[in-house]
Amino acid sequence: MFYGELFFDYLKQYLKTKLAYRLDLLNELISDFISQIVNLVFILVVFQHTNFIKGWSQQEIIFIYGFFLIPFAVFSTFFNFWEFQEKYIIKGEMDRILTRPAHHLFQVVLETMDPESLAGVFTGLIIMGYAGYQLDLEIAWYDPFVFVLLVLSGVFLYGGVYIAIASLGFFIDAKTGISPMIYNIQSYGRYPVDIYNKVIRFVLTWILPFAFVGVYPSAYFLGREDLFVYVWITPVMGIVFFVIGVWLWNLGVKNYRGAGS
Amino acid sequence: MPSMYLEMIRIRFLMMLAYRVNYYSGIIIYSINIGAYYFLWDAIYSGQGSMGGLTPSQMTTYVAISWMARAFYFNNIDREMALEIKDGKVAIEMIRPYNYLAVKMMQALGEGIFRLLFFSVPGMLIVALFFPLTFPSSPETWGWYSVSLALSFLINTEINLITGVLTFFLLNNEGLMRAKRVVVDLFSGLILPISFYPGWAQSILHFLPFQAISYLPGMIFAGAMGNEQIGGAILIQLIWVVVLLLPLYLMWIKAKNALVVQGG
Repeated sequence: MFYGELFFDYLKQYLKTKLAYRLDLLNELISDFISQIVNLVFILVVFQHTNFIKGWSQQEIIFIYGFFLIPFAVFSTFFNFWEFQEKYIIKGEMDRILTRPAHHLFQVVLETMDPESLAGVFTGLIIMGYAGYQLDLEIAWYDPFVFVLLVLSGVFLYGGVYIAIASLGFFIDAKTGISPMIYNIQSYGRYPVDIYNKVIRFVLTWILPFAFVGVYPSAYFLGREDLFVYVWITPVMGIVFFVIGVWLWNLGVKNYRGAGS
Repeated sequence: MPSMYLEMIRIRFLMMLAYRVNYYSGIIIYSINIGAYYFLWDAIYSGQGSMGGLTPSQMTTYVAISWMARAFYFNNIDREMALEIKDGKVAIEMIRPYNYLAVKMMQALGEGIFRLLFFSVPGMLIVALFFPLTFPSSPETWGWYSVSLALSFLINTEINLITGVLTFFLLNNEGLMRAKRVVVDLFSGLILPISFYPGWAQSILHFLPFQAISYLPGMIFAGAMGNEQIGGAILIQLIWVVVLLLPLYLMWIKAKNALVVQGG
């Protein structure tokens, strides 16, 4: 309960600072929206020249993209660890965190929270809904629950990966530049993995399993039974990667000596 | 007088050199992006001989050169200007005995030369190890490409200067700068060659300056343009270099009168 209250207190403060600069907020929402639409434009234009990409139709690829946006938006809201090393380790903010009586990871999540990213959920739902409508997908009564489960799995998976990367900051003093690299690999997960060669497919499934945030869960709704095995291990992957991330984080905090002055 | 501007280029180059380690990861990031589009285009072509005037191997080359050229022409001059305008430094810049916009252009050039030598060229060689690229065989094409690339740098920097000067009037143009970046990537042909767009979109894009940044030089390098087309492409670029000076100049004159220093 303590954590719940803390969350709402942080949220309130955050909204106050945001509403002081309303135009900035609007700017941010619009430019996020534009960059989400760019990928859609790419898909639409490319399919003017072909009917299928490795056996996937335009609507199916759009559906996957729409689905991907949803866990991604939730993830971006809570796991903004891009500047973790710079801000918390190099500048020494971590010391402040450690003196407080709430879990350190939870505090960092709250401090770096970015609720306006949640707008991506709506963009995703609209894109996915439109593609699903075009494909005439049938929705069973339990599908919404499966959907929420798969989205949450994706969020935890992403979260785990980036917590793990942020944890590296505890061990390495210099800036590593790893997270922008991983971030760019992420875009590989937006398309069916069939288009990549074996090595990349293996990496996207087991090592940096971004395929579990796009193609694999979408396969469930698209009725791609050949991929159903992956659909069902999506939650497992989410939990496993999140646990690894948190474990590394705790290890890092134990190892933390403070670099700031 | 020109030696002063040359000095600006040199200083910026040296400044970038001090932080060169940051750029090694940049090469990897661009390679990752090139890889993503390489596999995607490979799957899109899957057997089709030619699309939008490009064969699959030309497309691979187009993607690689477009990204590595972006490393060269891309800069954050608009952001720097916005910052200087916001905190009032621009007032000092204006009373100095040089042209502020020319200085910014030179700084962009210093940065560009640095990125060309330490990012684009080694990046292109590394990418060539992983993906089947075909480099132009004739020295003429290399020559034309160099000219075209230089012009694309000028056009992109002019657009950046215009966005930067807009800060004088908008006071806060963070959103505009972000939107500009995405629009340039999409409409310049970096993400998608202009020849892939549906006819109506192409006819609009042909009247915009963005295609001159990435699409035209990329097509020259990929060998998807005949000799007479190359001449036309360079001419379009030259026209844009000149045409964009006009709004820039007019806005600059207005801006000098409209200057509001926000910071103290």
